[in-house]
Amino acid sequence: MTGYDEERIATLLRLLPPAPVGWVRAAQELPAARTEIAALVTRAEADAAFRARVVADLEAALEAEGIEATPSVLAALRLRLDSD
Amino acid sequence: MLSDAELVARCRTGDADAWNELVERFSRYVYAIATQAFRLPQHDAEDVFQEVFSRVYEHLDRLRNDEAIRPWIAQLTRRLCIDRLRSAGREGPADTELFEPADVDEPLAKLDEAMTVRACMDAVGEACREILDRFFARDESYRVIGDALGLPAGTIASRISRCLAKLKVELEGRSEGAAPSGVR
Repeated sequence: MTGYDEERIATLLRLLPPAPVGWVRAAQELPAARTEIAALVTRAEADAAFRARVVADLEAALEAEGIEATPSVLAALRLRLDSD
Repeated sequence: MLSDAELVARCRTGDADAWNELVERFSRYVYAIATQAFRLPQHDAEDVFQEVFSRVYEHLDRLRNDEAIRPWIAQLTRRLCIDRLRSAGREGPADTELFEPADVDEPLAKLDEAMTVRACMDAVGEACREILDRFFARDESYRVIGDALGLPAGTIASRISRCLAKLKVELEGRSEGAAPSGVR
């Protein structure tokens, strides 16, 4: 990485626009959402019928539990269920 | 500013502020990899974005070298983008390389270098950092920047020029004897 000039620096700076604010906020809120997810997973582990419902339709299962089905929550739940 | 390794160490202790900072620091990188290098549509890019940070949060303790958080995140994002392209192809072959854009290495290397430049922005001061970010990364006009920062629009161009020069000096100082980290 040699020969930086202002034009090259400017080009590189342009490559990293901010991610949408809502995406960033959802990812930042992930640790708090995990408490709710953990409770849901615990219940799914103890109740096979509930687990089947959750696996069949993650969004519906979350909404039924009063948890907002944001992409970050869905991703975290999917990850937990896959690893069990 | 905390180093990447220090930030990772704090996240492991459950420090919420550190997690917020980690997401903030790498959000542009993940976003750019998904939308520029892999050209995912916004909806798919959002899913990949959230999946990346879910996995980072879940598996942070598996990272053996805390300094390597950036290449780890890049690799994770790359893999999840390929998974997304593969699932969109559904009936297609399972060979990973067939779902990766042929020219993906070059944009990934450029994004890695762009992250190195951004990491240097802290060294040029908050005022320069903000004006450079607003103009180049956020694509704001002189008028918008002037209004936001309470500066005459006519002075913005010269400030940008001075800040770029400062950043150049900083980058050249850091790059002596150091190469950017690889993405692969």
